[in-house]
Amino acid sequence: VTFWNWEWVGTHLDLVGEQVLEHLWLTFLAVGIGLVLSFPLAIFAYRHPRSYAPVTWITGLLYTIPSLALFALLVPLTGLSTLTAEIGLVSYTLLILIRNIVAGLAAVPDDVKESARGMGLTDRQILWRVELPLALPVVVAGIRIAAVTTIGLVTVTALIGKGGLGALMLGGFRNLYPDIAVLVGVGLSVVLAVIVDGVLLGAQRVWTPWAGTARVTAA
Amino acid sequence: MSEGGFVSELVDWFADPSHWEGSFGIPTRLIEHVITSAVSVGIAAVIALPVGMYIGHTRRLEFLVVSVANIGRAIPSFGLLFLSVLVLGIGLDSPPALRPAVLIALTLLAIPPILTNTYVGVQNVDADTLEAARGMGMTEGQVLGRLELPLAAPLIMAGLRTASVQVVATATLAAVVGGGGLGRFILDGFATGNDPQIVAGALLVGLLAVATETGLSLLQRAVTPRALSKRRIDELRRPGPPPAGAPLPAA
Repeated sequence: VTFWNWEWVGTHLDLVGEQVLEHLWLTFLAVGIGLVLSFPLAIFAYRHPRSYAPVTWITGLLYTIPSLALFALLVPLTGLSTLTAEIGLVSYTLLILIRNIVAGLAAVPDDVKESARGMGLTDRQILWRVELPLALPVVVAGIRIAAVTTIGLVTVTALIGKGGLGALMLGGFRNLYPDIAVLVGVGLSVVLAVIVDGVLLGAQRVWTPWAGTARVTAA
Repeated sequence: MSEGGFVSELVDWFADPSHWEGSFGIPTRLIEHVITSAVSVGIAAVIALPVGMYIGHTRRLEFLVVSVANIGRAIPSFGLLFLSVLVLGIGLDSPPALRPAVLIALTLLAIPPILTNTYVGVQNVDADTLEAARGMGMTEGQVLGRLELPLAAPLIMAGLRTASVQVVATATLAAVVGGGGLGRFILDGFATGNDPQIVAGALLVGLLAVATETGLSLLQRAVTPRALSKRRIDELRRPGPPPAGAPLPAA
């Protein structure tokens, strides 16, 4: 038996394709639901600065809990299900998204907001027409980090019966599939991360042509 | 199963003395987890700290930091562990806490945050400050040792903290590849359908991760030069004369 078993890959392209789609679907759900939850929380934290510390403390605590531990805590409650996987995956997106949304809103210059108010815009109009569009590059930077992180974490859900490409890795490791499945899983997961990151970056450049992109930042 | 029933099963699991002794007990698994993580972060630091300092100080090979940071973020740690074991073997002749394949995977995982933060910290030091130091006749070694490193210390510690928390989390997965550590409780619980043990393992791993994060945050605060601490900066911004004996602001 050789490691480079391309014949197996060739005859199992449908399996590989299925796992790629599942991987993308789990990632999309997690980042999508994460955004829906993060926006109101971030806007609340931005308007009530006293709530920012507790919000980031709680989401930071969630972020610190290792993924396998979080999934394991949920298994007795929600079983080996997509729900278990998503509760965990969504939890990890919150800190990243909330931080970036708040940072983006906070970076909008005061005089811009003041001119908007002077033009007679209401708070709600200022939020939707001025603050959020100007915050978009930083928000998208957060979505990119959340998406790339989630693509990596989805692989761990293989241990609770999901996993997308993680199922290929685990199956390859446990000899359900040949060894090459591990490499295919890792390789495609990196490719997915690069493509999704690139697509989001491209979208940001189209939506906000006036803004640049962030450089290396500390962890 | 009623809620109360599960909680009491969980309490029973923790109260069972057999879970606290021998090579499968909580203390042994905890020590394995800590040793595996500490050794991996230690090796990563020995590699990434000097490289990050060199690149940050000389501003050469900066593309290396960007590439390592990007690749590190994209590679799934789960798969890295499997690949490492496939290439190197499980290594059953070494103790469960020191399986080479696991240590190498975790080290690779710990390098990007340490390297990035060391580089950013050293590179961020104000150009005027550096010029002043060189003008005063400091050698390059003194500039790095007396200026760049102390000013970069908080960020370097933050990198070590991020790396450590990530490694503690991923060391849980070592149980999947036959290693030791607290992940064993979760994995063995999955295999036998023992829910209290799964949750007990998860709580232990979660506590260790939170303890790591908290402990290293405190250490990070301790290495922050007094001049850079938030309280100190607030103090300097306050109108009126600085308190007696206070050094002048660095900038």
